[in-house]
Parts: sequence; C-alpha cells; structure tokens
Amino acid sequence: MTTLEAHGLSKEYRLRHGLRTSTLRAVDDVGFTLGHGRTVALVGQSGSGKSTVAKLLLQLERPTSGEILLDSEPVARRGAGLARYRRTVQMIFQDPFASLNPFHSVEHHLARPIRLHHPAMTDADVRRRVLHLLERVRLTPAANVARRRPHELSGGQRQRVAIARALAPEPGVLIADEPVSMLDVSIRLGVLNLLATLQREEDLGVLYITHDLATARHFSDEILVMYQGRIVERGPADDVILRPRHEYTRTLADAAPNPERRLGELRR
Amino acid sequence: MTADTVALTAPVTRRRPTWPPLTAKLAAGLILGGAVVLFGLLGPLLVQDPSRVGDIGLAGPSGDHLLGTTQTGQDVLAQLAYATRGSLIVGAIVGVLTLLLSAFFGIVGAYAGGWLDELFSLFTNIVLVIPGLPVVIVISAYVPDKSLLLVSLVLAITGWAGSARVLRGSTLSLRGRDYVLACRVAGEKRWRILAVEILPNLIPLLASQVVFAVIFAILGEAGLSYLGLGASGSFTWGTMLYYAQNGLALRLGAWWWFVPPGLLLALFGAALSLINFSIDEIINPKLRSQTRASRRGWRMSSEQLRKAKESTL
Repeated sequence: MTTLEAHGLSKEYRLRHGLRTSTLRAVDDVGFTLGHGRTVALVGQSGSGKSTVAKLLLQLERPTSGEILLDSEPVARRGAGLARYRRTVQMIFQDPFASLNPFHSVEHHLARPIRLHHPAMTDADVRRRVLHLLERVRLTPAANVARRRPHELSGGQRQRVAIARALAPEPGVLIADEPVSMLDVSIRLGVLNLLATLQREEDLGVLYITHDLATARHFSDEILVMYQGRIVERGPADDVILRPRHEYTRTLADAAPNPERRLGELRR
Repeated sequence: MTADTVALTAPVTRRRPTWPPLTAKLAAGLILGGAVVLFGLLGPLLVQDPSRVGDIGLAGPSGDHLLGTTQTGQDVLAQLAYATRGSLIVGAIVGVLTLLLSAFFGIVGAYAGGWLDELFSLFTNIVLVIPGLPVVIVISAYVPDKSLLLVSLVLAITGWAGSARVLRGSTLSLRGRDYVLACRVAGEKRWRILAVEILPNLIPLLASQVVFAVIFAILGEAGLSYLGLGASGSFTWGTMLYYAQNGLALRLGAWWWFVPPGLLLALFGAALSLINFSIDEIINPKLRSQTRASRRGWRMSSEQLRKAKESTL
C-alpha cells in the first residue's frame, strides 16, 4: 500500500548563451497523488515537461522547489532511505532499443535489481525469480530468453524485458514514460494490456506518461493535462476527454483522429 | 485480454558482440604481428651476443652470419632480435600507460561530471597542445643516461591526451543512455555502473586507442633513436638504424644492415594498423559495408544487365 505524492514540484534549467544566462522553467508547480491500484495519465505534447516530471520522481534530477513524499514521508537523498525509495518506485523507459545494455544478457538485466534489493538470496533463487519474471511478462521459453542479448529481441520483446526489470524489485509505484510510443502499432495494445494486468495483480500505482489521449482514457482513472510545464487540467479520465475545459485540452482532443466527426464533415 | 504469450524459438547465438569477426584483414594483422612478437620474445634466446665485436668487418649474409655483420663485425641478426625485443618493450609500456592515463582522465572525468570533469578536461587539453617531439627532445637532452623505461615514460606522457579526448566523448554519450539511467533507478552503485555497464561498451574503443598508442610509441621511439636521442646502451629498431646511418651503410650498399630493422618496423606498424581497422569496424559497422570489395557485390551481374537491357528495349 504505497502512495506517492508530489507537491508544488518545479524544475528550472539554467541555459547559457555565451556569457548571458537565462532560466528555463521545464516544470512549474506540479502536484498530484498516485495511490495504489490507480492509474494516472500525464498527457501533453513534446517538450511540455512530462519526462522531466518522471526524472524528478525517479530522483534522477533534483527539483528546484517542491517536495516528493512517499507514504507521507520525504524522500531521502542517499543511503538506506534512497534504497527503499528505489525499491518502491520503478520506471519503464520510452525506447526499448536504448534502455537495455547491448553488452549484457537479459538475465543480467533482471538479476541485478533482484540481487540489489535482496542481497541474501542465493544464485538458484535469483535464477528462479528471473525465469518467473519472464513468464509473468509472457516471454517464453523463459530459460531461452534469459540467455539472449537485447539485439536478438524485437522491440515488443525488449519492452517486455524492460517491464520485467521494473517489476523485479517488487515496486509499489510504476512510472511508465511513453511505454509504447516506440513500438509498432500492432503490438501496442498487447503491451498495454500486459501492463494493466500486472497492475491489477500487484495493486500498483501507475503514472502513465503519454501523448495519446485514446489510450490515456482507456487505461487510466485520472488524467492530468500538461502544457508548457504546468498542469492545465485534471480530472476523471472521461470528464477530461469528453468535456474539456481548457483550450489546450480541446485542441489535443480535436487532433485525435475521429472517424465519426470526419464522416459528418464529408456528408455536409 | 490479449496479453498474449511471445514465444521465441530461434536458437541462441553465443558470440560475444565485442569480438571482431575473423576477416582476412584481421588474420593478416594477427599473423604478421604475432610473428614479429614471437621473434622478439624467442629471438634473443637463440642468437649470439649482439655486442660481440668480430674481426671480419662489414660482410654480407653468409652461413655464419645469416644477415651479415656491421662495420665492427657484430652479427646483424642478433642485433635485430634484441632490437625487436627493445622496441616491443617500449610499445608495451606506452600501451599500458596510455590505457591507464587516458581511461582515468577520459572516462572517470566524463562519468563523474561537474568540476572534476572540467578539471580533467582542462588538464587533458593542456597536455594535448604540448608539442610532443620538442618536449621529448628537451627532456632527452637534460637526462644524460636514459633507460628504455624513461624514454617510454616520456612518450606515454606526451601521447595519452588524444585517446583521453576520444574516450571522454564516448563516455559522455554513454552515461546519458537509458540503460545507465535504468541502472541508477534500480539502485546500482555509481562505480558499478561505470565498471559493469559503461566500460564493456568502451572496450572496442579502448582497444583501438591502445593499438594506436603502441604504433605511435614504436615509431616515436625509432624517430628519437634515429636522431640519437633514444635510450643509451640498449637495442631498438631505431638505434639500429641510427648506427647504420652513422656507419654509412647506405653509401656502402650494406642493405643487410638497414633493411631488416626498417622492414620489421614497417611490417609491425602495418600489422597493428590492420588489427586497428578490424576493431574500428566493430565500432562503426558502416566501414564494413563501404569497402570497395563489398560495393562490387551491389552491382548487377552481366546476366542481370543483359536481361535488364532486353526488357527495356
């Protein structure tokens, strides 16, 4: 039962143009709560600060201001506290071709997080866990897949390995940064359904970062719309899509292909 | 629910991706280089004392002296064996030192980032613009009794900076990759990410930089020795050429004196270059498909050309 909260999160980058500097506000006063078993979609166009929010939540970048709370406790910067946070909050990266190390086997990718968070485990136990994880993301035969290197797998298979890696420490919160945008359209649904199934089984809180309103509506309970670093609209998924209040959300919803509207325009 | 099973049935290949494929280029390089190294290792055990002066003077190849003798009747083959060993020692020392220095200042600096990176990068750039040969000449002139080790040290100190720059660039690109971030998210320690996740991906680059450093060192040492600034009292290919030049070997037509060291120098350089090209092809697979031989494969055969002509007419 984990809850991840963000309050007033801001991130500024200093840009240097020769001697002059300017600041870029990538994320501006973002706050939300991610409870267990819930999916929150963070929707926005490229450069709206979605991925920066992910980096802040994963402690890959330090927020300029604001705080991140895990179970109402501030996150430790180092040591055992940070290790506990790392065990609880995991990430699925956007590009499955970049998120797996070409040098190492699939087994290495899954065994390392297990060993890190369960140092007492024996080799045989770790191996069993690795195979179990591969079976959970429906990669079979698991023993065969475990021996392979990333370049021998397709994009969808790689993304499944990346999902298995994120599940390895048994997290409570999963941050999925556009998990299917680099995949073929034909296999996107399979990967998204897998994520939804795993979420139900593990009672995970999922932050689903995407620019695709249709899947956001389908897979999440709540939608946050981000525009130029700010959250401009939030609410239950159907409300945001069907009754958008903010101008930008309306543009975003209209940009999605809608066969009925198109047919209506043609008929006129 | 379509969370379907993804079955993989293709056999698993077991080749390490960093191992270069054995092409003709690599095979030629390995055989040539291996032969020279073997000669340098075993040769000195089989030949006579290279400094022993004989009373036959300058003489061409014969049964007693397979590669003839020098002006003072010293056996050229014996000198060549010891010279090969000396040159290889210089190459090995400089190779190892370059590996350590460039890896430390290039990789560690770039990975740590921040002021350490700035500092290391500044230092590397300063060393890079120090003109190598003049410094070597100055240092050589100050130290009267130079050992092979000192010469190697000087060559290594002036030669590592270029490699460090190349490694820094690659490390900067690797440290921001998603798989490195994924390891940080998983909670890996920083040194472990560097050693286990980043370093293996730099091995081809490191290898090619070391091979290049060895070529540079052996040629550099030969150049110094030829100018009379090399290690005193030891044999290298460069000192052999220096003595041959002083003994007017060229004017006397004593080819057996200057051709063998020159030839070995060229052959070993060529062998290492061939190995280096093969390693480069792993780093940049485009090079593999851009050779003239492989481009020839893209052409249509005469049969295809004839058919194409028929169908267009």
